[in-house]
Amino acid sequence: MSASSNRLFSLQDIIGFAILAAVIFILLPLALDTFRLNLFGKYLTYAFVAVGLVLCWGAGGILSLGQGVFFGLGGYCMAMFLKLEASTPENTAIQSTPGIPDFMDWNQLTALPWWWEPFNNLAFALFAVVAVPVIFAFIIGVAMFRRRVGGVYFAIITQAFAAILTILIIGQQGFTGGVNGITDLRTLNGWDIRTDEAKELLYFVNGILLFACLFIAQFVRKSKLGRLLIAMRDQEDRVRFSGYDVASFKIFIFCLGAAFAGIGGAMFTLQVGFMSPTLVGIVPSIEMVIFCAVGGRLSIIGAVYGALLVNWAKTSLSETFPELWLLGLGGLFIAVVMLFPNGLAGVYAEHVAPRIARLFSKTSTTEAKQSKQSPAE
Amino acid sequence: MTDKKIPAKLAGPSRRAFMAGTAALTASLFAPKHLRAADFPTADVNTTGLAVTDDTVTIGILHSVTGTMAISETGSVQAEKLAIEQINAQGGILGRKIEYIQEDGASDWPTFAEKARKLLVNDKVASVMGCWTSASRKAVLPVFEQHNGFLYYPTFYEGLEQSPNVIYTGQEATQQIIAGLDWVTQTKGAKSFYLLGSDYIWPRTSNKIARAHIEKFMEGTKVVGEDYYPLGHTQFNSVINKIRLRKPDVIYAIVVGGSNVAFYKQLKAAGIDPAEESPIVLTISVTEDEIRGIGGENVEGAYACMKYFQSLENENNIAFVKAFKEMWGDDMVIGDVTQAAYLGPWLWKAAVEKAGSFDVDKVRAASPGIEMTTAPEGYVKIHENHHLWSKTRVGRAQADGQYEVVFETAELVEPDPFPEGYQ
Repeated sequence: MSASSNRLFSLQDIIGFAILAAVIFILLPLALDTFRLNLFGKYLTYAFVAVGLVLCWGAGGILSLGQGVFFGLGGYCMAMFLKLEASTPENTAIQSTPGIPDFMDWNQLTALPWWWEPFNNLAFALFAVVAVPVIFAFIIGVAMFRRRVGGVYFAIITQAFAAILTILIIGQQGFTGGVNGITDLRTLNGWDIRTDEAKELLYFVNGILLFACLFIAQFVRKSKLGRLLIAMRDQEDRVRFSGYDVASFKIFIFCLGAAFAGIGGAMFTLQVGFMSPTLVGIVPSIEMVIFCAVGGRLSIIGAVYGALLVNWAKTSLSETFPELWLLGLGGLFIAVVMLFPNGLAGVYAEHVAPRIARLFSKTSTTEAKQSKQSPAE
Repeated sequence: MTDKKIPAKLAGPSRRAFMAGTAALTASLFAPKHLRAADFPTADVNTTGLAVTDDTVTIGILHSVTGTMAISETGSVQAEKLAIEQINAQGGILGRKIEYIQEDGASDWPTFAEKARKLLVNDKVASVMGCWTSASRKAVLPVFEQHNGFLYYPTFYEGLEQSPNVIYTGQEATQQIIAGLDWVTQTKGAKSFYLLGSDYIWPRTSNKIARAHIEKFMEGTKVVGEDYYPLGHTQFNSVINKIRLRKPDVIYAIVVGGSNVAFYKQLKAAGIDPAEESPIVLTISVTEDEIRGIGGENVEGAYACMKYFQSLENENNIAFVKAFKEMWGDDMVIGDVTQAAYLGPWLWKAAVEKAGSFDVDKVRAASPGIEMTTAPEGYVKIHENHHLWSKTRVGRAQADGQYEVVFETAELVEPDPFPEGYQ
């Protein structure tokens, strides 16, 4: 690796970030109406998960097939706050017990469960959006990595967690809304999240948060920790023999990925207006890995494009071919994996970046030549 | 609004035209042109910017055609398309042909919400035929209320809901359950019940109503067990053993979807043959569609309580079954929900013509009291609470996958989505 890659941002990184910022903050808002922009906002919430996966999987070699768990936990924490706010006694006057969420009433609960109480507080809910997934990830991480469970076994166990949490959510419908999820969310601290203005504002908040996560991810990758992660991915034993506490690094990066996913989940809830167990289970968790794979599992920017592209393809294919779209999507995945094993980022690195680099080096050499020549003239 | 007076007899589909609808071409040539678009200028009948032109009106079809629910929802899509084709063959609505935009909910509730918003916001559809599971309905409900869309929802469901933006064309829980329980106690002398269901809101609420009826409103009957299993569960041996121990007179089963296949096969393997009627198996969740999966020989003799069976012998239904098979193939079966889905476009047409407008507010105002005499299930009428008055019927499953109707209520049952005393 050249010395320049140790800087936080190489020229290439800067170009990449600038293009992504232009796409998210200028191009999409200008090109799309509110409905479509809101959809892209939803896709971007998956990008949080994909960025976390790039750190865990691409850099650290920890393939988690259960990121939906963290996305879901973050989303549910947000949804609980919003649901309590929507369940004022006036709004729920027709229920047997007014003032509690409607699904609790349907399930014969007569009082709010104690662990729902703190979610009346926005600050607590926002804290929980990050803290709950991180605590969960920490417990899984300690249990797994301290015992040196890795690779395929880790992937399977995370998948089991996704299944367990889904069954738990669906089974405890009095407390969680069951299969229906937590629906009909209206306001955030009195601010109606269903209006067009709110949707647009939330899109930009989402974009800013995503960039914050991207910067953190970039910082981690360029730090010593990032280099150790790659070393661990390639030769874990050697890193351990060198005296590093491999498990702690892994736990940290896994928790960071969970935190990103939790934020993504909360933004999903805000933009879509509800949360349901269909975003928690095995299938969505695997889909999230696919976003990351399509974008390129080594590139945090690629992961964002991957999430955008796959979901956009999903929406437009299903709108155009409502009965055949899954085949098209499957074809897309196969094509990407066959033709571009490193995803979109790989295509960029192999074909686009060298040309840009050449362009820049040409201009810089001509500039250099000119500057050399000019004094002579 | 310019109120165009429509002759009352033309407000509903005429039977002759309805029968002719099976042969679309013939019908389009000979069906009387009741209402011509020219008499209803677009500016008058559509003041809210819906997708209505001088010749066409666009509606949405929103069901799962992929994912786990596809097997159930396909029948609804087919029935809705059949109704649309028949209505078009008769000359459409207010002289306008119905076009539809179909979206796939993909058995995924957030996708349902996204597609509903797309249909209402982008496509400006005049109404939507759609949804199947309660979860998908709950997911789209806020979208319909926010954008003032109009949804025709076909599935029998748990009740506890009444939206100004939804017409419920299936039965709510009390309509489906109470008459069936009364029938089984009165004619079969059943005294004890074992309640069983899949673990989500519809079975739980349905069983809550059943339990309340058994314990509070009937003499000398009791519930001896109640159990729930997750969606997709396939191991029912332990509960079957419990059932054998407690010896109920009736197994009241609300297992849904694919779990039914395992449940009825394991029941029979354990020596409980529904045909022997000891105990009696009574279900509200096995339609002709599910029997295709279970196999007629495994479920023969079980009783189902719903409002429609394919085997109903009346003129309307014979024509409907014939038209359905002509359009979708001879091997198709028609279940309760499929029929309810078929009612959607017709009820909407009647309401639009009564209102003389496509505007959702006016269609809503016109909806209560709309009658349909040509429904395959017989006569139905829209209640103020947006549900249908309908009969409750009990059918006995036959080995050939059809139900033999053994009982039907004499009167239409009033829909009561918020039943007093059953909470």
